[in-house]
Order: sequence, then structure tokens, then C-alpha cells
Amino acid sequence: MVAQDDSRKIQYREALRQAMEEEMRKDDDIFLMGEEVAEYNGAYKVSEGMLDEFGPRRIVDSPISETGFAGLGIGAAMTGLKPIIEFMSWSFCLVSADQIINNAPKMLYMSGGQFGCPIVFRGNNGAGGQLGSTHSWSVESMFSSVPGLKLAVPATPRDAKGLLKAGIQDPDPFFNLESERMLGMGARGDKDFSRYLHGGLWAPPENDDDFVIPLGQCEVIKEGTDCTVVSAGRPVHFALEAAEALEKEGLDIEVINVRTYRPLDIETIARSVSKTNYCVVADQSWPFASVGAEVASQVYERCFDDLDNSVKRVHNDDVPAPYNREMEQEMLPNARKIAEAVRQVTYNA
Amino acid sequence: MSSASPSVKEGEPSVAADPFVGLSDERLHGMLYDMMLIRRFEERTMQAYQQAKIGGFCHIYIGQEATAVGSVGATNNDDPIVTAYRDHGHALARGMDPNACMAEMFGKVTGCAKGKGGSMHMFDKPNAMYGGHAIVGGQNPLGCGLAWAAQYRGEDKVALCYMGDGALNQGATHEAMNLASIYNLPIVFVLENNGYSMGTDIARGTSMAHDQKSRAEAYGLRYFECDGQDVLDTYGTFKKAVDGARGARPINYNEKTGKRDSLPSYDRDGRTQGPAYVNVKTYRYWGHSMSDPQKYRSKDEVKTKQDIDCINRLVVQLQDAGRATEAQCEAMDTKAQELAKAAIAFAESSDPMPIEELYTDVYANPFGPYVKGAPNPDFA
Ligand SMILES: Cc1ncc(C[n+]2csc(CCOP(=O)(O)OP(=O)(O)O)c2C)c(N)n1
Ligand SMILES: [Mg+2]
Repeated sequence: MVAQDDSRKIQYREALRQAMEEEMRKDDDIFLMGEEVAEYNGAYKVSEGMLDEFGPRRIVDSPISETGFAGLGIGAAMTGLKPIIEFMSWSFCLVSADQIINNAPKMLYMSGGQFGCPIVFRGNNGAGGQLGSTHSWSVESMFSSVPGLKLAVPATPRDAKGLLKAGIQDPDPFFNLESERMLGMGARGDKDFSRYLHGGLWAPPENDDDFVIPLGQCEVIKEGTDCTVVSAGRPVHFALEAAEALEKEGLDIEVINVRTYRPLDIETIARSVSKTNYCVVADQSWPFASVGAEVASQVYERCFDDLDNSVKRVHNDDVPAPYNREMEQEMLPNARKIAEAVRQVTYNA
Repeated sequence: MSSASPSVKEGEPSVAADPFVGLSDERLHGMLYDMMLIRRFEERTMQAYQQAKIGGFCHIYIGQEATAVGSVGATNNDDPIVTAYRDHGHALARGMDPNACMAEMFGKVTGCAKGKGGSMHMFDKPNAMYGGHAIVGGQNPLGCGLAWAAQYRGEDKVALCYMGDGALNQGATHEAMNLASIYNLPIVFVLENNGYSMGTDIARGTSMAHDQKSRAEAYGLRYFECDGQDVLDTYGTFKKAVDGARGARPINYNEKTGKRDSLPSYDRDGRTQGPAYVNVKTYRYWGHSMSDPQKYRSKDEVKTKQDIDCINRLVVQLQDAGRATEAQCEAMDTKAQELAKAAIAFAESSDPMPIEELYTDVYANPFGPYVKGAPNPDFA
């Protein structure tokens, strides 16, 4: 258990940076490559200052050649190096799809266990704010169906650091889906986001190089008795917002932060659903064949007898992301939709 | 900047000797006005962005006006064009209503894409503008498709396919250039070489950056370069590039037998026909997008480029040659300012994108109860 400490301040982006820095200090095999990561200090300032500390051998600017540098990373990883490949946004990884979903996750298998691929791909995931259809990808559903890779969607600065460190140390390809909208989360003096540090509970421990969050462990981020809401990444906060609203109506929901879709800790989810007897899944990708659908399906398999109603899913609307601000908000999952879903499933409680 | 300008070459038709490239006063005034309109429009765009009336990513075209205006000036209005996300200038040069362009950025239903696309996605079917595209390099294969369609249908259209220098390093660009060459497509690839992709100097990101001619040769494309801060040089260069690409047909292809008479040779040296690659040396005055601290370049560098501004340059040239008066130029600028201001007013007073629109245009033939062949009413 982490001690409550209101003075803890760390941004999500700083947590990501610390994870990389600490691991890089320990292991010369790790290098960071991506667009604008070095001289520009990171398009989103995640790698700020890293060029100064590690130099151009290990912090490497690349041109806008995702296929090239993602593939380069995979080749280097086959020799045992541990590349961290930054996509400015996961939306831009799509041009390198062959490398990241054909080569990286299948190398170990195809080579009969000879060549592993200890690589990290990381970058912004999810709608960033009016960026339109091509730039607003949430890739968790697309990639989670690929065997051979591991995939995390950190929801707090604590997750951001702990999961990324675990992913860097992990011998398999690791996809870290970070939230552009949360990069400033926990920022000093940031009124909107400082509450997200939750009295320091959602900050990583200080001065602890060995801190990791093991892959494949959900977090019960809020305990409750009336309905389980399963989510990951930014929508976890929508679920918590919904929890506040529902509390006033006498509904006490339990919020589960999935943390990694692959591996998926269905045990923790099932335990919770068996307790609450109701389940809502909130997922920021599109509904068809999604991680939300997968979680719901596994909940049915495990908890059929415990469920007092069907599982309700909250997703993006099944349309491409629009530019218009209000319509984009309408299209994405939000606290209102989650609260509504909880009310709908628990009506017979 | 002017060092490598190839617009005046020995043995070329006499228009090349004419600094005004054979253009009438009317057309010259039109080009000046178009550049002024883009400049004034973009100034308003920046203002509106700062006031948070425009959201998302927004890339300003100021400094590069001569590229869109000079190149589009060398096309027919039904020649298809396609570009990247820094696209307001191309849209306006192509004749998009400034109101529709601004309203799009305001997310209004009166926008060119009903508020669904935003700044990076300017589409205008009546003006054969096949879009701004936000994934770097993604538009280049599309450009080939536009050219292919013209060739396939036996039309005499030429596709203009614009890209930034950052797009040179995308696989899609290399594939597109190769395809254009082997099919001998009526296409002109336009490199808007403003020297930077975001904070990356072209010399850091692109091998042989200084020698784009060798790239053209590698793909068998006809090569041109021009001073993108000079609309007349740009126009003159594109005239040759576009005219030579018009009507391009498969090489050594026998229309009667439907077979190749022999394997094609792709050495385009000395050719005047076929697909082309134009390296336009230009410069953007503002940051990459509206949030760019610009630490990668000095204020002096920007100032030096601004001193040879494409608009001022044409104003001076026209007035010196007695082809426009100061009053005429001022009147054009006043009109440009008025239109830009009116575009803001129009965008502001337009209706927002209605909720129903969120769910339309996903399919041309929306399923549900499947109705074979039933058209989307929006698409007819
Ligand atoms: C595939 C892909 N990777 C990265 C990006 C992010 N990005 C957008 S614009 C840009 C720089 C492009 O520069 P350039 O092509 O020179 O065009 P300019 O901005 O100078 O007009 C980058 C890296 C993207 N949109 N698509
Ligand atoms: Mg550029």
C-alpha cells in the first residue's frame, strides 16, 4: 500500500520519462528512437532533457519513416538490444503495421524460440482533441488481438512509470498506449489534474529504482459494492467521475483499472463482478470486435451465474472521429454515458 | 535562393525570357490577389485559433503562398490536386470559397466537409481538390490514383500531388514515385521544400537532401526546381512540368495489340513528356503548427526569408514594369482583407455541425436492413 502524501507532484509525462531514464542508466542496451525525441526534446516533451544526459548515441532523432525505424528497432532487438521506439502518436504507427504486428510479435515463434524481440513501442493513444479521423486512433482493440505482444494502457502517473519500466524489462514486444490528454496530468498547479494524483496514491514511489507494476495485474482503483466498471487509460477517470455522480444517487460502484489488456487479468475482474453482480465495460475504442467486447465475453464465461443483468458496454460511437468539438465529445466515452450504463444495468437491483 | 532557378534556359521558347512568363495583366493581378487572400485568410485563422474558435492541429501557410498559387495557376481547374495537412492555401488557390474553408475550421455544417474534417482535411469536389491529408506521405499514392484514373479514362488531366520535405522519408512516397514512373502517369509531384519537417532540418532527415535531381533520376521522373518565393518562376516551371505530364500514356504500349512492344526504358534524360518532380524551395514564416517554440531556427533566418516575401516581390515587379499601379495593389489587398474578415463572420454565424451528421457519411450505402444499390442521399 502506498502512503497518502498530498505533496507528491509528478506529471504523467514525467513519470514516463523517469521510467526510461532509470532503466537506461542501468542498461546500456536500451536506446530511444523516434521523431523529434532528441534535439526538439520530444514533440510532447516526454523525452525532455534525455539527449543531454544520454547523448546522441542513445537518444536518436529519426525522420518521418515509421516503417523504417520501427523495423530497425525490431532488427536491433533480434540481436538483444532493447530499443524504445516512440511513435509521435499511435495513429502514425499504422504505416508501419507490417513491422510492428507481423515482425515483432511473431519473431520468437517463427524462429522456433531462437530470436526474441525485447522492444518497446510507445506513444500517444486516443483522441487528442479535435484532430480528426486519422489522428484520433485508439489502437488497443486492433493490436490486442495479436498473439505475441503485450499491451498496456496506463491510467495514472504511477501506472505510466511502473508499467513502462516493466515493459522495458520484459523480454517480449511491449506496446505502451499513453494518453496525450493526460500527459500534463498531475502537473504542478494544474487545477484540473492535480486531483488525479489522489493524495499521492497515483504517483509512483520516490527514490525507488526498482519500482515496477507487473504486467497482467488489474488494479481496483475504487472499491464499491453495487456494480463493477471495468476500464483502462483515460476512461478510468470518466468512470471515477461517474462514480461521484452515482454516489449521490446511492449507487456505490467498483472501478477496475485494467492496466494491461494483454495479458488480461480476468481473475480480478471476475472476482469483482461476482461480488457486485453487475458489470459495465468502458473502452475508448470502437465497439465491434473490441477489447471491451472481449472483456464482456470473458465476464460472461466466468460469471454467468453471478450476473443479475447483461454486461453493458460503453465505447466510441461506431463512426470515425469527427473534427467538430461537441461532436467529438459526443462520440467518445464519457462520465455521463458510463453513469447512464450503470443505471441501466442496475435498474433491477 | 535564386541560384538554381532554371526558368531561363537556352533554346527555350521566348516566354522564358519574359519575366512575366507570358501572363496577361489580368492573370498576374489574379495571382497577386490569390496570394494576398491566402495571407490575409491565414492571419485571421491564427487569430481565431488563439481565441480557441479553431481547435485541433492547425498549420499556417504564410510564406508559401507562391507555391500553391504558381502551381495551381499552371493547371486547369479540373486537374485533380491532393496535398498534406498544410492545406488552406491550396484550397483557396483552387477556388474554394473562403467562407467554406473558415467554417470548416470552426466545425460548422457550412464548412467544406460539414465540420467533420477540420483544418487538416480540406476537400472540395467541384474544384477537384481531393483533400488535405494528415498522415505524412499518405496523399502520395492517392495522387497516383488520381493520375491513373485520368489515364485509364483517356482524359487529358494532370494530377498535382503536393508533399512537405518530411514526406520524402515515408515509404509511401518512394512507392508512389516508382508507380508513377512505371505506369508513366500524368502526375506532377510537388515538393514543398520549406527546409524543415517540424523541428528537423531537411539535411538531418533526408539523405542527399541537397540533390533532389538524383532522386528524380532514380525514379525516372522529369526534374524541375524553382524559387518558391517567386510566383512567376514557380508558375513558369510548373507550366513546363504540367504541360509535359499531360496526356502521359504507358511507355511502349501498343494500343492496338494491348501489349508492350518492348520493355520500357525509364531513363527520362532529355525527355519533355511524362511524370515530373518539382522541388519548390520555399519557407514557412510561422511555426510548424500553432504550438511550436521554434528553437531549431534563428529569428534572423526567418527575417532573411521574409525580406524576399513572395507578395511584396510581385507587387514591386508589377509596379516597376508598369503592369499594376500602387492603387490597384492596395485595392486588391483591401479586398483580400475584407473577404478574410467576412469568412470569420460567416463561420461564426453559421450553424454548428448537427448531431445527426455525426452518423452520416460513414457508408455510401448504410447497412441495417440492407438495400441493394440504395444511395446515400448525401452522396448522390
Ligand atoms: C506518418 C506520420 N508521422 C508523423 C506525423 C506527425 N507530423 C505531422 S507533420 C510532421 C512534419 C512534416 O513536415 P513536412 O513534410 O516537411 O511538411 P511541412 O510541415 O513542412 O509543411 C510530422 C512529423 C504524421 N502526421 N504522420
Ligand atoms: Mg517541411
